[in-house]
Amino acid sequence: MSAADRAFEAAPVAARPAQREAPLVGPESRPEHSAQSPLSVHAVTVAYHRKPVLWDVDYDAPARALIAVVGPNGAGKSTLIKACLGLVPRATGRIWFWGRPYEAVRHRVGYMPQRESVDWDFPVSALDVVCMGRYRRIGWCLPVTSRHRRAALGCLERVGMAELAGRQIGALSGGQQQRVFLARALAQEADLYFMDEPLAGVDAATERAIIDVLRDLRQRGCTVVCVHHDLQTVPEYFDHVLMLNMRVVAAGAVGEVFTRENLHKTYGGRLTLLDQASEAVARAQRGE
Amino acid sequence: MNVAAPGAARSITDVGDAWPTLEQVWNTLTLRAGFNTTSVVLGTSLLGVAAGVVGVFALLRKRSLTADALSHATLPGIALAFILVALAGGAGRSVPVLLLGGAASGILGVLVIQGLIRHTRLTEDAAIGVVLSVFFGAGVVLLSIIQSMRTGGQGGLRTFIYGQTAAITRQDAVLMGALALVAIVLAALLFKELTAVCFDDAFAQVSGFSVGLIDLLMMGLIVMVTIGGMQAVGLILVVAMLIIPPAAARFWSERLSVVIVVSALIGGASGYLGSAVSALLPRKPAGAVIVLTAGMIFLLSLLAAPSRGVIAWAARRARLRLRISSEHVLEALFDAEHTREQLPAARRALGLGTSLIVPILLRARGLAQREAGRLVLTEAGRREGARISRNHRLWEQYLVSYAHVAPSHVDWSVDQVEHVLGADQVRELESALRARGVPVPAGATS
Repeated sequence: MSAADRAFEAAPVAARPAQREAPLVGPESRPEHSAQSPLSVHAVTVAYHRKPVLWDVDYDAPARALIAVVGPNGAGKSTLIKACLGLVPRATGRIWFWGRPYEAVRHRVGYMPQRESVDWDFPVSALDVVCMGRYRRIGWCLPVTSRHRRAALGCLERVGMAELAGRQIGALSGGQQQRVFLARALAQEADLYFMDEPLAGVDAATERAIIDVLRDLRQRGCTVVCVHHDLQTVPEYFDHVLMLNMRVVAAGAVGEVFTRENLHKTYGGRLTLLDQASEAVARAQRGE
Repeated sequence: MNVAAPGAARSITDVGDAWPTLEQVWNTLTLRAGFNTTSVVLGTSLLGVAAGVVGVFALLRKRSLTADALSHATLPGIALAFILVALAGGAGRSVPVLLLGGAASGILGVLVIQGLIRHTRLTEDAAIGVVLSVFFGAGVVLLSIIQSMRTGGQGGLRTFIYGQTAAITRQDAVLMGALALVAIVLAALLFKELTAVCFDDAFAQVSGFSVGLIDLLMMGLIVMVTIGGMQAVGLILVVAMLIIPPAAARFWSERLSVVIVVSALIGGASGYLGSAVSALLPRKPAGAVIVLTAGMIFLLSLLAAPSRGVIAWAARRARLRLRISSEHVLEALFDAEHTREQLPAARRALGLGTSLIVPILLRARGLAQREAGRLVLTEAGRREGARISRNHRLWEQYLVSYAHVAPSHVDWSVDQVEHVLGADQVRELESALRARGVPVPAGATS
């Protein structure tokens, strides 16, 4: 049992008020979530250096959906993804996948980090990077066999990068690097993917290619959770949206919760951004 | 011995080594200079190979300076081990015990660095600096205490600081070789895991590999190389064996496996040459010779490597400048034909050096010829000039229509950008401009 789990178990007992009223925050304030949801985040709080970044987050992700996580800078979007993957410790809360803890379903969860998170001068080819998505299947100390290399090449093909498989990753354009990262995530053959800004700073052709791959994943029954920065494209690309600003502002189907009012709540007074977005909202509500 | 002049026998540059004969040099280099020398040369070479392999991962994980702190932090451990053995009535200089002591305090140093980074606001470089200097200082103090003790074998301790292959016994050489072999085998087994953590540790963690464990194993490899190389290279310079060969090897390839092999070769060669020289000239510090050998190879790589080397880079830049200058001249000549202006613009666009070379280049490519002392476009040159001029205009139009750039700024940014526009982009610009009703300049090519 991890320290975070212990904290979660202990908290309700210690904090329970004498008159047995339901507390306003914390795990006891809400009923348990659906065990069948691919991702069930329950009362999660994350803090860096004792300063909370995510506060009491609750979210149930639907299956077979493309989900956008939106919010202003510093809203904790990346932190939420990293907390789900166990990359940052959480102070309280529970995160379940198909009703089970992360350690039990690790092999069914894929990850695509931000492009800026690695050194692209690293002496490896695009295919080498995609092969890293297979390392979990290969296991400790065993070499990458041709079977895995073929699978990795297939993933590069799905993102339209097969011809550049042998190129050193630093010699690729930003959009091509992003596709290599997507191919590496595909090579994990997961059922649930977390992607951190997959469409940030890419050219139009790459954006179309990535969206095609995401739709294909949904077709295959996968769920994809994307941190997304471009509010205008949310209605076009995504089914569900989680609007985050340290706390959950709204979550649900794009058509229901991606409204001007909720955007105001999420982004505060940043109006220029909102004017752009409200146009997209209006389009979506007209059913275009 | 005939002394020619008083005071001339020992100048400050005379370190007292007799120059070896050619035969001695040949015998040492071909490993025929006696069993002891041969095992030392072999052991040091093997250690160079191990350092080259392990060092690539240390470099890619950006842990080279941590390795430096580790090697400096071994000194108090070595001195303490010496004191303990002497107090227990032992022979003082027992190499395996001293190395064990060094390994212990080296690892302690690394743990202190990690603790400082995690629990204080110190940055990594400051933590490394503090640990390196404090541990080394403690070691120097302990050494001075040892000097005041009355035990034998004190002189041997000095070789741990600067390295001296002549002092290494055969057993020590075997120990060194064994440590190197274990490090090489472990690095080969963990190739995939080390690569994954060095490239993207978060992704490696998500893939189910414990980053903490792999980092620990990597630190273990670094300890093995450091401890193994201590006698031959000395603790001050042993880290150079971990840094210089990988840094040099990185110039030669974009493939990790090739980088590792090249790094191993450079490390092995410097270990071999350095220890051989040191065996021939026993009073030369072996560590310095080994590191200087590696340093020479690094310099060569920096300059002459095919695509990442300085020379290749300078050549690429020169070619690009010439191409841009050629296009400037072609465009200016083309515009001059149409506007009946003369060529001062083209002249101004060129520096002194390129103004001599560009006309020669253009004539060699059949784009221009000399008529009555003036440069004139050929038919092919006219087509090329039209294409460049047209791209230039398109880009200007695009900036004015779309980017809301002040018209006075258009020209200076255009001069760079027009040279990278491809056919696809040109077509995209044309259709974008037509769609907005902006007149597209007539082109000679489409």
